[in-house]
Amino acid sequence: MAGEGLFCESLSKVYSGSEGRKALDNVNLDLPSTGIFSLIGMNGAGKTTLVRILATQLQPSSGRASIDGLDVMKDTGKLRDRIACVPQEARTSPWMTPKQVVLSYLLWRGENYYEASKKAMEALAKVGLEKQADVLNRKLSGGTRRKVLVATVLSSDAEIIFLDEPTTGLDPISRRDLWNLLTGLARNRFLILTTHYLEEAESLANTIGILHDGGLIGLGSLEQLRSTVKYQYSLMLASNQALPPVRDGEVTVGASGQTQVLTDEHEAYEISKSLLEKGTKFSMSRTSLDDIFFRLVHGASEEEKRS
Amino acid sequence: MRPSGWQILAGILMNSIYEMKNYPIIMINTVLSPLSFLIVITFVSRGQLIGEAIEGGLIMSMFQAGTSLQGDLSHYKNDFKLQDMIVSTPCTPTAYVAGMAIGEIIYSIPAIVVLVALAGIYIHPGVIDALELLAVLALMFMASVTLGFTLSTFSSDIVQSFAFSRLISTLFSTLPPVYYPITYIPFPYRYFAYLSPTTYAAEISQNLTGMVQLDAATIATAWVVLAAVAFALLLISMRKARWRDV
Repeated sequence: MAGEGLFCESLSKVYSGSEGRKALDNVNLDLPSTGIFSLIGMNGAGKTTLVRILATQLQPSSGRASIDGLDVMKDTGKLRDRIACVPQEARTSPWMTPKQVVLSYLLWRGENYYEASKKAMEALAKVGLEKQADVLNRKLSGGTRRKVLVATVLSSDAEIIFLDEPTTGLDPISRRDLWNLLTGLARNRFLILTTHYLEEAESLANTIGILHDGGLIGLGSLEQLRSTVKYQYSLMLASNQALPPVRDGEVTVGASGQTQVLTDEHEAYEISKSLLEKGTKFSMSRTSLDDIFFRLVHGASEEEKRS
Repeated sequence: MRPSGWQILAGILMNSIYEMKNYPIIMINTVLSPLSFLIVITFVSRGQLIGEAIEGGLIMSMFQAGTSLQGDLSHYKNDFKLQDMIVSTPCTPTAYVAGMAIGEIIYSIPAIVVLVALAGIYIHPGVIDALELLAVLALMFMASVTLGFTLSTFSSDIVQSFAFSRLISTLFSTLPPVYYPITYIPFPYRYFAYLSPTTYAAEISQNLTGMVQLDAATIATAWVVLAAVAFALLLISMRKARWRDV
């Protein structure tokens, strides 16, 4: 039932000229509109299509969606007052400066020039670009230009922010800085974030949605997603280390010779005990989002092949 | 949603002021482009067609505002994803287009100033004639801008969009009798010229300033066609332009 939160019912999208291929296939969502909701999936999984529909940029072919009771098709006026979006592949104009980009964006949101000018500088300071505020964008690095785009939405009072792959092209330090910024931002705003970096979703998101071929094949917190796969523990052994017999689990040997064992809690305990007794070096952790993602996507692909 | 002056200002800043401020050399090109035809026509006609060429330059400036708008908006939409960013704000398509279109006019101001100064020297229009000429240019601007915006919202490829914008510019502002009198075109080819709205704009302006003598019915028809085209294109843009993608 549509109410507070993010709600999608049988949401589908077929682009014209796609010969009926569903870019989004019967997606259902019912989430609170707080914190960070991260969408992950392979290229062409439907992440950007879903974001564009929710951000009122694209018409769905069927189904409905709403945020906090505001329908994305019928209440666009009210919804657009509350949202802000940095699309995938968005770029800054090379002939403009970061300050001019953020200032123009705020003017488009209806802010007055003087207020917008002040807010633009504050937002650029938040992303560490106050010294480059008046440098032409063409002279900035790709990562810095990406930060300018993030500053545009940070500068606004929008309560719901869509960021489609915001950290693509950022160096690891800048990415971490942006994560901190987004975590702070999510304290009083709702962030919908798509990413190819699974560790990003793992670190930031309160709720994760996994899309595959337009369909939602996983939804929930990391813990909830973990409970949907067979094994919740992962053991890693360096190359050339002998592994005791595994009664229940999956063993994978990587290209570098490193061995990974996915297994349940009891078996993980038994294997670790045996490895410790032999003095074998290893590490143990809960199953990562990377493992969960691989299992769910692999499982969905297998199911498609069977059907 | 309310279109506000600040939203219009954003388009003006982005589409003209910032570019002209950050790359002043661009202003030389904006002067040269519409004046180049004027210079050629004036030399070839040994000064006989300077009046027509000045009025043609003004009409071309207005029409090219729209074709340039199409190219620029397509560029912003497809290369910068700006339209998607703006759609997800309270900004209306009207405010977005108005700002960007005024930006195109500001971009053309150096050329317009030169052309108006030349018109003052060589054409000497009266106040009423100048106001009528202004109305013709306003209709031309409205028609080309609404056409440019509508086409830009359908574009998905910038190379194709720029090629299309150049084609429209050639078909509607270079080939038709904008820089020269329509009486120079023999029948039956003259009928083809009437397929372009710029022909009607040129007829009205050339008749106003006494460069051609056309009967009242022809001029009335030209006004009706020009206004009808402008309003039809406005209606089409309101109904068919894709602010939200489909």
